[in-house]
Amino acid sequence: MKTLLSLVVWFVLWEIAGRLKLSTIVPPFSAVIEAGIEIAPTERFAKAAIITLRSFGLGMGLALAVGIPLGVVMARVKGVGRLLGMWVNIFVSAPISALVPILMAVVGIGETTVVVTVFLFAVFVITLDTQVGITHADRSLVEMARSFGASRRQLYSKVLLLSALPEILAGVRLGAIRGVKGVVIGQLLVAIIGVGELFEVYSNNFLMEEFWALVVIVFLFAFAVSEAIAALERRVEYYAASR
Amino acid sequence: MTEAIVEVKGIGKTYDNGVEALRDVNLSFPKGQLSTLLGPSGCGKTTLLKIIAGLIPRNAGEVLVKGKPVEGPGAERAFVFQDFALLPWADVLRNVAFGLELRGTPRPEREEVARKYIAEVGLKGFEHRYPAQLSGGMRQRVGLARALTVDADIILMDEPFSSVDEQTRRKFQEDLLDLLRHHQKTVIFVTHSIEEAAYLSDQIALLSPRPGRVSKIVRPNVDHSRSPDEIRRDRGYLDTVDEIWGMLRQYV
Repeated sequence: MKTLLSLVVWFVLWEIAGRLKLSTIVPPFSAVIEAGIEIAPTERFAKAAIITLRSFGLGMGLALAVGIPLGVVMARVKGVGRLLGMWVNIFVSAPISALVPILMAVVGIGETTVVVTVFLFAVFVITLDTQVGITHADRSLVEMARSFGASRRQLYSKVLLLSALPEILAGVRLGAIRGVKGVVIGQLLVAIIGVGELFEVYSNNFLMEEFWALVVIVFLFAFAVSEAIAALERRVEYYAASR
Repeated sequence: MTEAIVEVKGIGKTYDNGVEALRDVNLSFPKGQLSTLLGPSGCGKTTLLKIIAGLIPRNAGEVLVKGKPVEGPGAERAFVFQDFALLPWADVLRNVAFGLELRGTPRPEREEVARKYIAEVGLKGFEHRYPAQLSGGMRQRVGLARALTVDADIILMDEPFSSVDEQTRRKFQEDLLDLLRHHQKTVIFVTHSIEEAAYLSDQIALLSPRPGRVSKIVRPNVDHSRSPDEIRRDRGYLDTVDEIWGMLRQYV
């Protein structure tokens, strides 16, 4: 309810600023909504959305497939943790966008670059959070499982991963948010595919209503992804709180 | 004297940080009896218990179970943890059945066994509660039921009552004596409470601190078949408490 009120206030302010014509790059909010309704059903938008979602999905899938196992190994094998820990920590805070031009040179200008960008944006925070979760997994639970004869596989599947689930999910949520940034930044820099291409077209032709509509859509998507994972996190909260 | 089911011979343990926790510990634990490892904190009693459990490696000596040397945990030993070690995401039923789950016992079968022991430790009706919804005493009952469910001959208990309030502890001790007598288990029990040791034990091994060694073995002259209130006023019980205190006071 509070968020809704806050949104309404800001949209009203936006609308007023737009109607006062304070700046040519700020159209009224209502015009943005109209533009959004106009572009959403077009084939061009659908194509861009599909490409974007595909890049995002592939990049995130890779980030999960690499990040979670890597975090587990880093937590469980001391040598690997020491060897990679510093690098993961550097990359988790590094401006990955700066690498995208290099990526374009290496893997070419196209969807692959965007997928790799999403991957690089998301993977490090997932690795780091998984490592923290597994490292802090209750040691007495591990001891308990061993005392009852747990095999190595059972130790991971029935104790360690579940124990680290709250941290892993937090990492996945942060990774997904970064992934959305990654897909947009990647496409903007590549500039010939997906939503990035649309952004490019709208801003070059000064179609500010459409431009802002696209911004709102991307924001909504990022928000929805994050909320979906947050809902999953709340489901495991009951035991995270009791640890 | 009844035959020993667990023997430790010449056990030594030095931690990586150079602290010598145990030196040349020799003990035997009679079958079907409750033996206590008692000593001040830092005497290595939990370390010794975990070495018997096969949970931490030793530097010297050997552990014999039923006459055979053992390395690592085994199905004939079950552990009850000081901090309960319950899976927070699993309900009571799954926690109690967890030992059997790890052994691959089919679900209906392991749940049937688990239900039986849940009832025996007095938690009937709580099968689908989660650990966070239970009191400390109830959580430890879950831990005990889990150890009973795997049907090990030897139950190793690491200060199981230390995180439990006083009234609950008394009741729990009485229930424990009943249960163990009924199931003919051999119990090795770690505690720092002299009263608890004297009340529960057939045999008490007193450990001296740093490095832990066996300083004396006391066999309390207490008739465990009598009622708890009688035991607590019993001459033999009170003498045992005094005797142990007389020996331990030099360490504190």
